[in-house]
Amino acid sequence: MPDAPGLELIAHEINSRHEGAIVGTAFEHGQAVLLADPGLIRETLGFLRDEPAHAYRFLASVHGADYLPAAPRFAVHYELLNMPRVERLRVKALLADPGDDGLPELDSVVDLFPTADFQEREAHDFFGIVFRGHPDLRRILMPEDYVGWPQRRDFPIGGEPVIFTATEDTVPGWTR
Amino acid sequence: MVAADVGFAEASWIMVVKSLVIFAVILGLVPMILLLERKLLGRFQARYGPNRVGPKGLLQPLADVVKLLSKEAYKPDAAVPILWAIAPALVILSATATLAIIPFGDVADGNVGLYGIDVSIGILYAFAFGSISFYGLLLGGWSSGSKYSFMGAMRSAAQLISYEISMGLALLGVIMMAGSLSLVDIANAQADTIWYVIPQFVGFLIFMVAGFAETNRPPFDLPEADAELVAGYNTEYGGMRFGSYFMAEYMEMVVVSGIAAAMFLGGWHGPGPDWLGPIWMLAKIMVLICLFIWVRATLPRLRYDQLMSLGWKVLLPLATLNVLVTAVLVVVT
Amino acid sequence: MNPTTRAPDYADTVRTPEELGRDAIGRTEAQVIGTSPIERTAIEREEELFTINMGPHHPATHGVLRLLVSLEGEVVRDLKPVMGYVHTGIEKSCEDKSYWKAIPFIERMDYLAYYSNMAAFCGAAETLLDLEIPPRAAWLRILHLELNRIHSHLVGLGTSALDLGAISMFWYCFRERDTILDLFEMSSGQRMHTRYFQVGGVAEDIPVGFARKVREFCALMPGRIAEYEALLDHNEIFLQRMKDVGIVPRERLLELGVTGPLLRAAGEPWDLRKVEHALPYADFEFDVPIGTVGDNWDRYRVRLAEMRESVRIIEQAVDGLPEGSWIADERHVVLPPRHELATSMEALIQHFKLVTEGFRVPPGEAYFPVEGPRGEYGVFLVADGSAKPARVHMRDPSFVNLQALREMCVGGYVADLIANLAMLDPILGGIDR
Repeated sequence: MPDAPGLELIAHEINSRHEGAIVGTAFEHGQAVLLADPGLIRETLGFLRDEPAHAYRFLASVHGADYLPAAPRFAVHYELLNMPRVERLRVKALLADPGDDGLPELDSVVDLFPTADFQEREAHDFFGIVFRGHPDLRRILMPEDYVGWPQRRDFPIGGEPVIFTATEDTVPGWTR
Repeated sequence: MVAADVGFAEASWIMVVKSLVIFAVILGLVPMILLLERKLLGRFQARYGPNRVGPKGLLQPLADVVKLLSKEAYKPDAAVPILWAIAPALVILSATATLAIIPFGDVADGNVGLYGIDVSIGILYAFAFGSISFYGLLLGGWSSGSKYSFMGAMRSAAQLISYEISMGLALLGVIMMAGSLSLVDIANAQADTIWYVIPQFVGFLIFMVAGFAETNRPPFDLPEADAELVAGYNTEYGGMRFGSYFMAEYMEMVVVSGIAAAMFLGGWHGPGPDWLGPIWMLAKIMVLICLFIWVRATLPRLRYDQLMSLGWKVLLPLATLNVLVTAVLVVVT
Repeated sequence: MNPTTRAPDYADTVRTPEELGRDAIGRTEAQVIGTSPIERTAIEREEELFTINMGPHHPATHGVLRLLVSLEGEVVRDLKPVMGYVHTGIEKSCEDKSYWKAIPFIERMDYLAYYSNMAAFCGAAETLLDLEIPPRAAWLRILHLELNRIHSHLVGLGTSALDLGAISMFWYCFRERDTILDLFEMSSGQRMHTRYFQVGGVAEDIPVGFARKVREFCALMPGRIAEYEALLDHNEIFLQRMKDVGIVPRERLLELGVTGPLLRAAGEPWDLRKVEHALPYADFEFDVPIGTVGDNWDRYRVRLAEMRESVRIIEQAVDGLPEGSWIADERHVVLPPRHELATSMEALIQHFKLVTEGFRVPPGEAYFPVEGPRGEYGVFLVADGSAKPARVHMRDPSFVNLQALREMCVGGYVADLIANLAMLDPILGGIDR
C-alpha cells in the first residue's frame, strides 16, 4: 500500500496530468483509495498502469457497489496491484443514478486490463452499470432474459419465482 | 505343414447343439466378466466394488440386465429410425459370429469339434465380422442425430482403418509360421513346440495393442471417451440397445482374447489330460481379459492425433517389419 | 503438431454500444433472442465449423459450466464459456445476514476452498473492526488453510486424471481427501463447510488428539504424493497428453488477471502467502514451486509440489502451535466462553445480543485477499455501521481464471480442451456464487 502522503502525491500527479481526474483520496484501515472522476477513469487507470513510477499493472478485481442512501449512488472499484512492490491501490469511481430508466455509464477498461472483461460484465449484470466500449456486454451470471439489477440495494430479497418445466410456459417470452 | 481339414463335417444336429452351447457359455461368460471387471476395478481403486446384490455381489450383473431390460426404449427425434435400431444389432451380431471360430479344443471322439466352425479362411473370417461391427458403431453414431455421437462415429471409423491393418499384419507372422489360416491348425501347430508368443512376441504386442483399439477399450476408447464425447456413439442409446453395445464390447474382448490365446498362447494346449483343454482355453482367455481390465485401471486415454500417429507411425511399420523378418526366417529354415 | 495460439487483439474487438445494437437497458439482440455471438460468427464466417454445446450437463466441465465450442474437425477454433447455472445470489443473501451468519454463506461459494473463503471474509471484517487475532488463532487458520489446499488440489488432481481417462487416480486422491475431511470433522464437527473461522479467531480450539492425527497425516501424505507421481509421471500417455498443451504466455496470464498455480506454472513466483502479512506465513519455512513453460504438465507439477509444501507448513504449524486463546478477547465481537453463560448475567446478555443481532461494524470498506488453492480469493466488504454488511463481493479466482480458457484451448484439440479445463480447475460454485 502507498502510505497516506504517497497517496496524495499520486493524486496530485494524476491531476497535474489529467485535470480533475482524481476528486479525492481516502486512507482507511491501511488501504489506499483514490476517488476518481468516472469520466476520466480510463485516463486514471491508464496512467497508473503505464507510468513507470507507479506501474500498477495487475488489476486484481473490479466490482460494483450500491451505497443507496448516499448521493452518488453507485461505485465501481478497481483493485490495482503492483506486484514487484506488493502495493495495492483501490480506484473508486462514484456514479450517480441517472434516475427513471436510465443506467449509470462508465468507460470500459477491457482494452487496458483484459481481466476486466468478465468482471465488468458481472458489475453490469448485478448493478446495471453500462460499460461503454465493452466488447461483449451481456449478463453473465443471471439468465440472459432477466429483467432487473439484482444486487442493487432496493432490489428485494426473495420473491423470485422458481420456474419448473410444468410452469415454464407462464414465463414471458417463452417459446417452445 | 498342416492344412484345415475341410473334408471333415459333423452331423447337423451336433452343429446346432454346439452353437447353442457355445452361445450359452459365452453369454453366461459376459456377465461374469462384467462382474469380474467391476470387482477387479474396485480392488485396483481401493474400494470394494459391487457387494450388495446377492452373496458378495454375485447377482449384480443380473440386476444390471434387468434394469436395462426394464428401461423405456427411447429414441431421439433427430435419429434415423431404421438405422438407429439396426446398429446395435449389427454390433452384437458380428461379435457373436466371430465367436464361432474360437476353438476350445480339437475334434473330440472323432465326430465333435470343440469349436463353432473351423473355416479354412479362419482368421480372415474374424476380420470380416470385426469390420461389420464398426459399421454398427458408425451407423449408430451417425443415425443418432447427435453431434457427440457423430464425432464418436467419425473417431471409430478412423480408428478402424488405422488399427485393422496393423492387427492383420501382426497375425501374418503366426500364419506364416503355422502355414494355415485356421485357428485350430494354428493352435495344433503350437502343441509340440513353444507357443508363438515367444518367436512372435512383437506380433503379440502389436496384436494386443490393436486389439485394445478394436474393442474400444481404454486407452483407446476414443469413440466413447466419456470425458469429451459423453460416451460418443452410444450417447443417445438407452435400455437394451445400449445394453447391446455394452455386451458386444465385452464379447469382442472375449473374441480378441480368444484369438490371441489360440494364435499366440497355444490355444487349448497345456499340461494335464486332454479333457482339460477347454478349461485351459478359458483360463487363457480370462488372463487376457484381466489384462484388459488392468490396463483400463491404469492408463489414461490417448488423444486423437496421438492415436493416429501410434497406429500409422509405430504399429504399422513395426508390424510390416515383423512380417518381413518372419518371412525371411520361414524361407531360410 | 500443436498449432499455436494467437492472442486476440482486444483493440480490434472493442466496439461501441451502438455498433453492438443495444436496446434501452443495454441488452443486445443476442440477449433478447438467446443466441450468442459465437453461433452467429460461426454461421457467417466459416460454414465448415461445427458448433457443439458442452455442458451445462457434461461430465468434464467440473460442475455446470457450459462451453460453446466451434470445432473444425477435432480442432477447437473458438470457445465461449457461459455460466450462471448455479448462481444462487450468495453475495446478495449475505447483505441480509449479520456478519457472523454470513460466514456459512461465503463458504459455499467455492465449495472446495471453504477455508479460503472464510479467511478472506473474516479478514475483511477484522480489517474493518481493526481487530487483531491472537497468534494461536492465526496458526490454526494457517493449519486449516493448508489442509484445505491439499484437499482442493487432491480433488482437482483426481478429477483431472479422470477426465484424461486415468480412472483409478480419482479414487486414490479421494481416499486421502477423506482423511483430510476426517480432520476437519474432528476440529469443527463438519466435513465440508465447517464454519470454523470466526471473526476474531477460530470457533473452537482443536480437540485433544487432533495434533497427533495431523502428524499421522503429514507422515502419510508425502508417500501418497510419491505414489501419484509413480503412477502418472512416467506414464508416456499422460506425458504426451500434458506436455506442451494449453500454453499461455506469462505476460498474457498477468493481463488476464490469472493467479494461483496457473500463474506460477508459467514461471511467475507470485504467492500471496509470501507477500501479504495478514496471516503469519512469514514464520513458516516453505517454498513456492513455479513452472517454466506454463503447459499443463507444469500446472500438474506445481500442484503436486504445492501439496508437499503444504504438508511442510502443516507440520510446522502443528509443532509450533502457540499457546493461548484461540479467539480475540473482544467481547463486543466474539461470543463469551461457554462456561461463563451459567454464572455471568452479562455474558448471557452478551451472548444473546451477539446471536440475535450480531456485532456492529463501523462504516468503511475493505478488500482482503487470501491465497487459496486456485489463486487470490479477495473479499470486498462495505460496512454501513449496522450489524449486516452492505456489500459483500468475492473476487473468485475461478471466475477470473476462466477468462484464460479460450486462449488455452483455441487451436488445440477437443481432448486438450478437456485437459486444459481440468488443469484450470474451476469451481462453478465459486464462479457463479
